[in-house]
Amino acid sequence: MIRTIAIIGVLVLLAFAPLSMRSAGIRIGSKKFTESVVLGEMINILCADTGIDSVHYRELGGTQLVYQALLQGEIDAYPEYTGTITEEILSGEEVGSLEEMRLALAEQGVGVSQPVGFNNTYALAMNRGRARELGIERVSDLSRYPDLTFGFSSEFLNREDGWPNLREHYDLPQQRVAGLDHDIAYRQLKTGSIDVMEAYSTDAKIDVYDLKLLEDDRAFFPRYDAVLLYRQDLKTRAPEVIESILRMENLLDAEAMISLNRRVEVDRISEGRAAAEFLEDTLGIESEVADTSRWQRIAARTGEHLDLVRQSLIPAILLAIPLGIVAAKRPRFGQGILGIVGVVQTIPSLALLVILMPLVAWLGLNSIGLGSTTAVTALSLYSLLPIVRSTHTGLRGISPEYSEAALAIGLPPWDRLVRIELPLAAPSILSGVKTAAVLNVGFATLGALIGAGGYGQPIITGIRLNDTALILEGAVPAAVLALLVQAGFDLGEKWWVPRGLRLQANS
Amino acid sequence: MLELCNVSKRYGGVVALEPTTLQLSSGRTYVLLGTSGCGKSTLLKIALGLTEPDSGTVRFEGQTLQLDNVLKIRKQIGYVIQSGGLFPHLTARKNVSMMADFLNWSKTKIRNRIEELSALTQLPESTLDRYPVQLSGGQQQRVALMRALMLDPDWMLLDEPLGALDPMIRSDLQNDLSGIFRSLQKSVVLVTHDLHEAAHFGDEIILLREGRIVQAGTMQELIDLPGDPFVTRFIQAQHGTSPSDRSSANFDKPEFTRADDPRADDSQSERGERGVQ
Repeated sequence: MIRTIAIIGVLVLLAFAPLSMRSAGIRIGSKKFTESVVLGEMINILCADTGIDSVHYRELGGTQLVYQALLQGEIDAYPEYTGTITEEILSGEEVGSLEEMRLALAEQGVGVSQPVGFNNTYALAMNRGRARELGIERVSDLSRYPDLTFGFSSEFLNREDGWPNLREHYDLPQQRVAGLDHDIAYRQLKTGSIDVMEAYSTDAKIDVYDLKLLEDDRAFFPRYDAVLLYRQDLKTRAPEVIESILRMENLLDAEAMISLNRRVEVDRISEGRAAAEFLEDTLGIESEVADTSRWQRIAARTGEHLDLVRQSLIPAILLAIPLGIVAAKRPRFGQGILGIVGVVQTIPSLALLVILMPLVAWLGLNSIGLGSTTAVTALSLYSLLPIVRSTHTGLRGISPEYSEAALAIGLPPWDRLVRIELPLAAPSILSGVKTAAVLNVGFATLGALIGAGGYGQPIITGIRLNDTALILEGAVPAAVLALLVQAGFDLGEKWWVPRGLRLQANS
Repeated sequence: MLELCNVSKRYGGVVALEPTTLQLSSGRTYVLLGTSGCGKSTLLKIALGLTEPDSGTVRFEGQTLQLDNVLKIRKQIGYVIQSGGLFPHLTARKNVSMMADFLNWSKTKIRNRIEELSALTQLPESTLDRYPVQLSGGQQQRVALMRALMLDPDWMLLDEPLGALDPMIRSDLQNDLSGIFRSLQKSVVLVTHDLHEAAHFGDEIILLREGRIVQAGTMQELIDLPGDPFVTRFIQAQHGTSPSDRSSANFDKPEFTRADDPRADDSQSERGERGVQ
């Protein structure tokens, strides 16, 4: 009994212990591709140059996620493209010129800079050799080869200026169209699993993989001039920041951008360093780039990962065990509970994050970034099922003779539960918690999708940069941590499972 | 006085107990006897409020058994089941003191009571710090008995308390049990399928068949004045001979003799059993 209270106390303390969250004056966001991260780093350096504290939430995800974060005030600025603004953010509105965009965005409290100086349009890309072999130069040439396999990112598959309208515009006959992660698509193209993918015209990988960009001969793709989007409330909060970051206007031509992308993806220097070098060369801004060692990075990621795990797992345990008890005690209600936590488990992680984000923001909590309530909540929800189930199973599985004896000696219901039933169900409950914890360590890599850090960060960066070592830098510690958690619970079993039950299990 | 008025129970379509009325007086030992599925355990569980009857009421010392007094009444009734029902996560001692702990008895009071019971059930106190899984079947039943007696209830209900034990230990415990009940002057209701056990314990034997009482009376009355051909058949089947072939006065004589003097022989087998531990 005392032990149980002690455990609950420690859990509560752990769950609400101060978070290792960085609070910063200005928060910059970027999307999940190198160029966006480099531009984000530049904005960050320019912010810092004013002396105001700033932080960069890298690789937050796609347009919808990042723009929502901007609207909700989770971030203050991020790099965007005019084509994306017209086709995605303001889709359905008739906006052509930058001036019209500026007016439309202003209504949402968002400011837009002049173009940064390069047009990173969408293009269709093929292996150069394969294109030559088939004699394909232009997008319209594709209609002669209906058997080609296309691999597009899910964003491109759904965009106004993406595949559905492109197909219609060019009357393309291809049926085999796969949804692929953009970074993985490059590798699929190289191995020949797909023939055509979408690419960005300033993408360093075009050179690296020796790709042929097909000419947009019927002018389908709009212009994608890079611009900065920022919250207009910065004008009152930190006018000097706007002034500073707008120094990026007309600073970067396509050649400079391609070379920056190459520096990161081919020369393997960090985005921060590439951005700093460029700003030093062009604007003469000196900035310090902290290049961290692998072990420092792993240590930092471990801290973030453990934060995600403890902040999500502990509330999940505290919620799931009572739910499991109710489910066991009220069978009809119980079926409902088991059903709901089961359904939660089937929601794809990204979808769950996107569903939760506005809710979390509406509650006034951190929806993205380190200490993101969204990531923690999603992980908590995923952790419920194993614990609810094992609690339910453990309680329902108690031999009737013990339940009857507990009744017969005259214990009231609460004492039956606490003194008899929960201790008897302890091995089952603990195994559920163990399963949830191990799964949670794996699932927590998803936190990186919304900037919550953890071992997922090197994994997604590694996928983006096609850097296996970096992927392993996240994957290996995650696996080790999962094993440690498992071992920890195996040890904890000795303490938590009543001795009589362990003797019984071994006899 | 424990009264069951018109209680009945069905499980799905199967009748476990036909409407049954039974009055059990304090200070006597009753045996509910019958083959498995005859409704004897159901009757016992209804008496304790563990099973809710489909019809009828239970009155314990004049109070009708209800949701709001069932916990209080259970504390006045000790209950022992075949497998002991000892909580495996607690030591024997904790099993015994569970309710006393719950009722906030003082440590001294609990220790004294356990000492008493340990002497009464002839279970050395050192055994009490073991977990149920570390005890023999006989020892487990003695612990279960201690647990049932802890709050010193006036009534003891026992559901096949010796059913899981092997014959030697069983006969020892039989003697110990009846001695304890006699010396403590408990009112006892014991369920068994075993005729000899019934003869050994019962002031009054209530023979059940298919959810209904066939006959109630002393063993002698059941033998001499069977109220139904089933009574004779049941006795013959278990006794192995026709009771009319022998002098009814001699029936189960050895058992009665031993019951008269239960303390006389703390038998080898029980000592042997303890020696194993």
